[in-house]
Amino acid sequence: MNKGKFSGGWKLDQARIVLAITVVIFAIAAVTLSGFLTTGNVIAIVRSVAVLGILALGMGIVIVGRGIDLSMVAIMAMSVAWYLQLLNSGWSDHSALAMALLFVLAIGAVNGFLAAYADVPAIFVTLATGSFTFGFVRSQLIPQDAVMVPSEHWIIGVGQFRLEGIPADIYVFLALSLAAFLFLRFTKWGRYIYYAGDNPVAARNAGMPVRPMMVLRYVLSALAAFTAGLLTAASLQSINTRIVNGTLLYDIVLVAVIGGIGLSGGKGGVKNVLIGAFLIGVLLNVMTILDIPELYQNLIKSTILLIAIIVDGLLNPRDEQTAQQGDI
Amino acid sequence: MKLLKTFVAAATIALTGLATSAPASADSDPGPAAYHEALNGKRVILIPLAMGFDLAQGWAAILKREVTAFGGTFETRDPNWSTEAGAQAITEAISSTPKPDVLVVMAPDLNSFSRLLKKAQKAGIYVLLIDNPANFKADAYLGSDWTNLGALEAGAAVEACGEGTSGKIGLVQGDEVNATSLFQYEGIMKVLDKHPNLKVVAKPDSNWDPTTSRTVTATMLRQNPDMCAIIDFWDGDATGAAAAIRDAGLQGKVKLITTGGGEKSADCDMLENGTYDAVVMTELVREGGDMVAMIKYLLQSGVQPGEHSAYIYTLEHATTKANMRPDSCWDLKALQALAN
Repeated sequence: MNKGKFSGGWKLDQARIVLAITVVIFAIAAVTLSGFLTTGNVIAIVRSVAVLGILALGMGIVIVGRGIDLSMVAIMAMSVAWYLQLLNSGWSDHSALAMALLFVLAIGAVNGFLAAYADVPAIFVTLATGSFTFGFVRSQLIPQDAVMVPSEHWIIGVGQFRLEGIPADIYVFLALSLAAFLFLRFTKWGRYIYYAGDNPVAARNAGMPVRPMMVLRYVLSALAAFTAGLLTAASLQSINTRIVNGTLLYDIVLVAVIGGIGLSGGKGGVKNVLIGAFLIGVLLNVMTILDIPELYQNLIKSTILLIAIIVDGLLNPRDEQTAQQGDI
Repeated sequence: MKLLKTFVAAATIALTGLATSAPASADSDPGPAAYHEALNGKRVILIPLAMGFDLAQGWAAILKREVTAFGGTFETRDPNWSTEAGAQAITEAISSTPKPDVLVVMAPDLNSFSRLLKKAQKAGIYVLLIDNPANFKADAYLGSDWTNLGALEAGAAVEACGEGTSGKIGLVQGDEVNATSLFQYEGIMKVLDKHPNLKVVAKPDSNWDPTTSRTVTATMLRQNPDMCAIIDFWDGDATGAAAAIRDAGLQGKVKLITTGGGEKSADCDMLENGTYDAVVMTELVREGGDMVAMIKYLLQSGVQPGEHSAYIYTLEHATTKANMRPDSCWDLKALQALAN
């Protein structure tokens, strides 16, 4: 277990390094870029990573429990696309939503079941269920890559919602962050996730329901994906399933990992997701304002990730214990 | 007996004479038989970037209807936006039996498919390139002249940024390798260079993703709320730019110009409700008709695959709410119903 994490001891770990980098970039941008430090732009920064952040919360919970969910983007896009397709073909809102939710819960449960009870590595299970979800929905249930939200539907209302000038995405992101924080920090099952992630065998020997807990984690990440999909559809008034082929999945893992949630499990929490999302949001915003071409944007993003990992490796070298438990 | 033989012989000659001379008056047009002979049983395969978007589905509907009508077989392959899957589809098509006679291919970028397509031509398959240019001498390229298309978009922007506006224009490009994005940019800049009062204030890439388009457009608008026009390089991601303009409360003030396949719900409905201000649309039905004509011609021409090359650009113009006609767009459902 990561010493100092709960005892309040201060240590220069990856999360703090990344936070420092972010603050420095933010400060420089605030001084040099006109229009950067305005309420509107700060809202835009948070909004640009709200959906990514919600996905990273789900991913974070799974990774803390020493797993990974590569099916999230497929679940996000395909469940919402199917929901909208059902609405467009005349289903009532309640039954369409119920169907979509059932679908999401089922995939989450299958992911969890195969990983927990069949002992298949999560990386393979979720890779397969992600492809299956995409292929099945795309070939059997929806006719086109992009599905429109029917006019006058409540989802459009969510997209247009503003309270104090702040869009719904941000409130949902903050609310889910708080919920995830409370769950991980203060509930019994939340605490168990760290033990199970740190050392599953020991956790099981200690009498924790390690397997049902694993199923729960994948169900939670599937629900996070569905929420993220609904918010995406709300702001764009349609969902384009082509997103499954994009780099969003890597960005989710990037946000979680760059913020300091170790892929070896048992480490990190909501704070790390927020730090990671904050860095990516600021970076994207600054790079767009500076009009940096996309190739360079990717180069810059990956360089910062590498720096953070290297510095973390130097400051927190692997010891015998961390070497033994292994990464996924 | 001899008499009978003579009689039979005479009758036979007479009948043969009749048989050869009588239909001569009815059989005046040798065309249909030659057409049938050349086209019947021919195999045509369409390999677009993906099957799940309006253009691909429209082309497929038109080709299916026509190829089936001349007695050929029509198939599609769905690479689902993956260059590797597209390359594999082409490779498999070349080695399949019976070999396809025509490949209709939409290339993901300038270079990826060039060698494979040359191989297809060597194997005796005609290759039509559609919509996306590539560094490869196809038997015909059919689709948009993307430089001209960009120029048309810029023309619409010039109109939107007239007297009394800031003259600030934003571009939401596609990516950095796709010919459609590169040539579109070139065409836009060619026109804007002639208008020194207009200035491109930002030109981010969207990677053809609406969420990215929304984020970068929101940032552009924050920096330059007085922009007069945004050109987004594809209607597929322009929904994101539209959302950002809507969010900023600038609908109607910042004109949104884009390009698209001309499908009703994707383009004309969006012009109608003010989401887009101008769309340079592919005239899909005409483009599909050109493809069909090219296939029919090549299969009868005796021209060897790879021997000649032609560009057949579809005539395009910027469609706005003002100049929109009832037939400006096409309806995917209607087109598909016709094909089945």
